[in-house]
Amino acid sequence: MTATVETIRGTTPPEPGGRPRGRAVVLRRGPFSARFRWRSVVVPLAALVVVVLLSAVALGRGDYPIGLGDVLRTLVGAGEAGQRFVVLELRAPRVVVGVLVGLALGVAGALFQTFARNPLASPDILGITSGASVGAVTAIVVSGSSSVGAVLGGLGVPLAALAGALGAGLLLFLLAFRSGVDGYRLVLVGVAISSMGLAVVDWLLTRAAIYDAAAAYVWIVGSLNARTWDQAVPLALALAVLVPLALAAGRVLGVMQFGDDTARGLGVRLAAAQAAVVLVAVVLVAAAVAAAGPITFVALVVPQIAVRLTGGSRPPLLASGLLGAALVVLADLLTRTVLPQALPVGIITAVVGAPYLLWLLVRGRRTPA
Amino acid sequence: MSVPSATRTPAGTAAPAVTPRTAAARRTRRRALGTLALLVLVLAACAASIAIGTRPLAPGTVWEVLTDRSLRTEEAVIVWDLRVPRTALGLMVGASLGVAGALMQGHTRNPLGDPGLLGVTAGASFAVVLAIALLGVATPAGYVWFAFAGALAGTVAVYLLGAAGRGGATPVTLALAGSTLSALLYALVRAILVSDSNSLDAFRFWVVGALAGRGADIAWQVLPFIVAGLVLALVNAPALDLLGMGEDVARGLGQRVWLARAVGLVAITLLAGAATAACGPIAFVGLVVPHAVRSFTGPAHRWLVPCAAMAGALLLLTADVVGRVIARPGEVQVGIVLALLGGPFFIALVRRKRSATL
Repeated sequence: MTATVETIRGTTPPEPGGRPRGRAVVLRRGPFSARFRWRSVVVPLAALVVVVLLSAVALGRGDYPIGLGDVLRTLVGAGEAGQRFVVLELRAPRVVVGVLVGLALGVAGALFQTFARNPLASPDILGITSGASVGAVTAIVVSGSSSVGAVLGGLGVPLAALAGALGAGLLLFLLAFRSGVDGYRLVLVGVAISSMGLAVVDWLLTRAAIYDAAAAYVWIVGSLNARTWDQAVPLALALAVLVPLALAAGRVLGVMQFGDDTARGLGVRLAAAQAAVVLVAVVLVAAAVAAAGPITFVALVVPQIAVRLTGGSRPPLLASGLLGAALVVLADLLTRTVLPQALPVGIITAVVGAPYLLWLLVRGRRTPA
Repeated sequence: MSVPSATRTPAGTAAPAVTPRTAAARRTRRRALGTLALLVLVLAACAASIAIGTRPLAPGTVWEVLTDRSLRTEEAVIVWDLRVPRTALGLMVGASLGVAGALMQGHTRNPLGDPGLLGVTAGASFAVVLAIALLGVATPAGYVWFAFAGALAGTVAVYLLGAAGRGGATPVTLALAGSTLSALLYALVRAILVSDSNSLDAFRFWVVGALAGRGADIAWQVLPFIVAGLVLALVNAPALDLLGMGEDVARGLGQRVWLARAVGLVAITLLAGAATAACGPIAFVGLVVPHAVRSFTGPAHRWLVPCAAMAGALLLLTADVVGRVIARPGEVQVGIVLALLGGPFFIALVRRKRSATL
């Protein structure tokens, strides 16, 4: 490799809506050149390292602690049978689901927030997770007493949640569509769908027997308890398709940030690009919610943390995904090891993530959304 | 900020073909007509709320009972002890939520602005859950002061966090601090509810938001706060129009920005806190009403604020009456009816071509 590396300090041009910080690096090789900032590379790499480390610890820790050496030996196929069972059948699926759910929620949150140009535009506010909750709570609460409930109950809670999330997402897309999807309209339609979904959930909870209501409530919070490869494998397959699509869509988002007319002038087929961004984000959230329940807050907070760490002008997709994975795995590890009573992971993500974002806010780096 | 300020229509803009004077006259007439129509509809909703209920009463009987206070029949008890306080509470709470929403959207310049965004609802929920789980409180009247204290504490915490950053309390930091702190408080609420199904059993009925079962005493308790909040909101409206042109312009025109922000935040806290204390979290009014009203008042807050008060009361009373009728002999809580009726209405409004943006 004979690529030249130039470091430019303080000469980065201002980007829309924000002042990028840190050094910019330009790689040149023949007729090709690429420009990026150090931080936008270092942050995802660091996040990846953190995810790997946390996952390794999570595989070893729990009611039956296993040393790191034994964990590695088990992963390459050696090790004794009892440890193999604990690591490969009990903990590995749980950790994998945690990583993938965090990744999906982080990427989807970054897509939505960038697309709507609104830091509050997360799947929770847009109604996708509340659609999933409607499906799942209906399946849990009314499976015996009505025909709709019986159908949903027969599907099982994860599929009911998937159906609910996709239904809400499709409704969101269709209702926000008017010769293109504009971010402002998307957010307002989404918040209406979300309110309706939550109202149905609240109503179902007041109608249910308290035992069913408590079970449904645990699902609503989002949990990684008792996850098996049955949840991990479909989720991994879905993300293998969706994440590359999301990263491809991310390139268009950068142009779309300049406004619809500029984007059209630069050759973006706007309606198709908007549809692609929204639909990819919706399916990402639906897959994650079906596997682990609506772990709220990851999709809201992680892109905001990522944009403050990388210092860019909009939430970076890959860094958001990796930080999301780190947050979920860390939260799950805490519930299993540190806390006296095992709480669902959806609670701990907020308890860990919220103070961190508040600290970033108070520290006062004024980064626009 | 999320919404580019170029998309905002200043109050003075008119279509080029129309002379300014006729455009202004037409706008004023539209606003006046809209205000008048709202007033009539609110009165009609009050009448409906007193006349219609789970127990069918003939309008003649209701009128007789209302005009003759010496009657002590069963009908008189229903009307005077149940329906009239409930209607009064609905009027007050609906007006509070509508106005709080208008102020919130104006101050944060965010179309998702909702009184809950400042931590009001989350703070109130957290305080009520603590009251249920630790102190065993189990009646709406018992929740009132806990909810109000929680709402106040939540807002103050959000404001301090939002203002602590280097840039001070900008709309973006406020909105983010509010939603983040809310998420944290909800997580704590859930941590309690997941491990204690007795608390969930009480909390699930508070959290839907209802006017039922709230007597006249609750209405009297929150009335002073709501009146103070409404007065402050009206005082704040002209300043909000200046702030809409940008803080620098507003400062240049002689507006004390921090004072305007402070008055607005106090008004939002009083209104939303009192409403939540009285009825539980009712989410939809504060969000929808300003968007709906803006379609005929335009973005000018001196029109928007009073009209949002009337429209909020109208929406809440209508939803409450519908909730009494659709599930006879039972009732559907007003919070649920609001979301299910208001949702489609709001989506239709958003999809209209020329809905006014912030």
